[in-house]
Amino acid sequence: MITTNVEHPAILTLCEWLEKEGYVVHKLKVDKKGRIDMDEYKSLLNDRVAVVSAMWANNETGTIFPVVEMAELAAAKGIMFHTDAVQAVGKIPIDLKNTKIDMLSLSGHKLHAPKGIGVLYLRRGCRFRPLLRGGHQERGRRAGTENSASIVALGMACELAQQKMDVENTEVRRLRDKLEKGILGQITHCFPTGDVSNRLPNTSNIAFEYIEGEAILLLLNKMGIAASSGSACTSGSLEPSHVMRAMGIPYTAAHGTIRFSLSVYNTEEEIDRVIEAVPPIVAQLRKLSPYWTDKGPAANPEAAFAPTYA
Amino acid sequence: MWEYSDKVREHFFNPRNSGPLEEANGIGDVGSIQCGDALRLMLKVEPETEVILDAHFQTFGCGSAIASSSALTEMVKGMTLDQALEVSNQNIADYLDGLPPEKMHCSVMGREALQAAIANYRGEEWSDDHEEGALICKCFAIDAVMIEDVVKANNLNTVEEVTFYTKAGGGCAACHEGIEEILAKVMAERAGPGEVSPPPACPATPEAPKPPAKKLSIVEKIAKIQEVLESVRPMLQRDHGDVELADVQGKKIYVHLKGACSGCMMEAATLGGIQQKMIEVLGELVQVLPSSHMPVEA
Repeated sequence: MITTNVEHPAILTLCEWLEKEGYVVHKLKVDKKGRIDMDEYKSLLNDRVAVVSAMWANNETGTIFPVVEMAELAAAKGIMFHTDAVQAVGKIPIDLKNTKIDMLSLSGHKLHAPKGIGVLYLRRGCRFRPLLRGGHQERGRRAGTENSASIVALGMACELAQQKMDVENTEVRRLRDKLEKGILGQITHCFPTGDVSNRLPNTSNIAFEYIEGEAILLLLNKMGIAASSGSACTSGSLEPSHVMRAMGIPYTAAHGTIRFSLSVYNTEEEIDRVIEAVPPIVAQLRKLSPYWTDKGPAANPEAAFAPTYA
Repeated sequence: MWEYSDKVREHFFNPRNSGPLEEANGIGDVGSIQCGDALRLMLKVEPETEVILDAHFQTFGCGSAIASSSALTEMVKGMTLDQALEVSNQNIADYLDGLPPEKMHCSVMGREALQAAIANYRGEEWSDDHEEGALICKCFAIDAVMIEDVVKANNLNTVEEVTFYTKAGGGCAACHEGIEEILAKVMAERAGPGEVSPPPACPATPEAPKPPAKKLSIVEKIAKIQEVLESVRPMLQRDHGDVELADVQGKKIYVHLKGACSGCMMEAATLGGIQQKMIEVLGELVQVLPSSHMPVEA
């Protein structure tokens, strides 16, 4: 199978398990902006490939993959195509019937439906076996009593998202850009990650160099601002986000990445408050950092502070 | 990730002794940028008495790394170097009213920075003697490197053996798959190239308790309970804890947790592990409770 090395663990962990079972998994590399190389992709498509799974938009950077085109290339070779569209659904227009996508996964909580409800879309005629067996529900596709209330809620959330699709791509995009500009304009040694010219309208991922993400989150949280981080500590592992590493972001920056996600319910005042709150937080943590001096980053940060074991 | 004690929060939000220390004469730099934790500890030591007059830190790291560094500087001020060398990572964690298991390495980093700074003051070489891997067992904070080393050194073959040697997997059992992976890897290496390695023995799925042939008498039952407790005591004693039977009331087994076990934040996991063993041995559902839960007699 073919996938990318910036997928969500939902896909990557499954791929690792399949590899142990003897499947060959090709993981497409990304460049420093998080883009895949379509020539590499094309070169891998052959009759030994069973399925391609590529995310529609990256969950950390919002970078959009050309899944519609990728699905067409796969279909031409008779290969099934799955996309993890959890981040994209509700943010950008999606018209599946005019694509060659066979399977699409989405999750309700990303578009204001309750947690614990999601969808696996299957194109009619798509060969498929259930994961959960033992009940006739959903015509035998998935056993288990349906969670009707959440299903109705997700339907409603989709309707609302559809109505607000324009707002999402105009007003939300404007607020996101304002937030990003506001932060980048005030703080040195930070940069947005991913492909900023081709990403979801609601996502901004900023790497703050020489400080660590969880510490930033704790201070943001204290001010009532919710964000997320690609640092090792928040992921519960010892390595920073695999997405940042795949893009070649240096460790001193990868640990300090923060994702701001907006929605149609965010207001101008909230954005102004975040723009005001972030610079002092970053300054406070940099003051504690051994990579930082009064005048900015230490002249040669890696040499100025080279801990005993690395 | 956010289950920090009030004291950790307080030290993170208001760190003590942060920033460079101009007159420092002992500096320890430890940490790893890959792991996202790095600490510079600066000490000002009075040469005649070897008393630490002042201590400052600079830390790149998460909330608990900053809090541990802050706590460390407060702890060592006024100590002699020999006293400071006695400070353990557990002392740092205790000072902060405990750290989540995933974050214990922050306190380890603190202790190492202290040793490195003292070595620097004394003009000695300091070398780090521990390597840290991905955290496998969250109940007992055991990482992959530790498990792998123990599996290799002792020729272990099963998850049960790993639990016996390291405690990993002895709590909630969620990490058994991770332990099996390490076993599979080491056993494949052990088998050498060309040989087919046996799959790791997999006791991860506990068999349903088999009902005993006949109902146990109360004396037999208590003897079995004592047997189970005896079997777990060595493990607890290694951590300076202990357990003894307090009372048996119907399906409730009350135990005294002693030493380091009493008040330990892993108390529930310890009791859960003992309870699982009891259920397997007795062949009936029982509850293991701390003696503090015993009903007060009228």
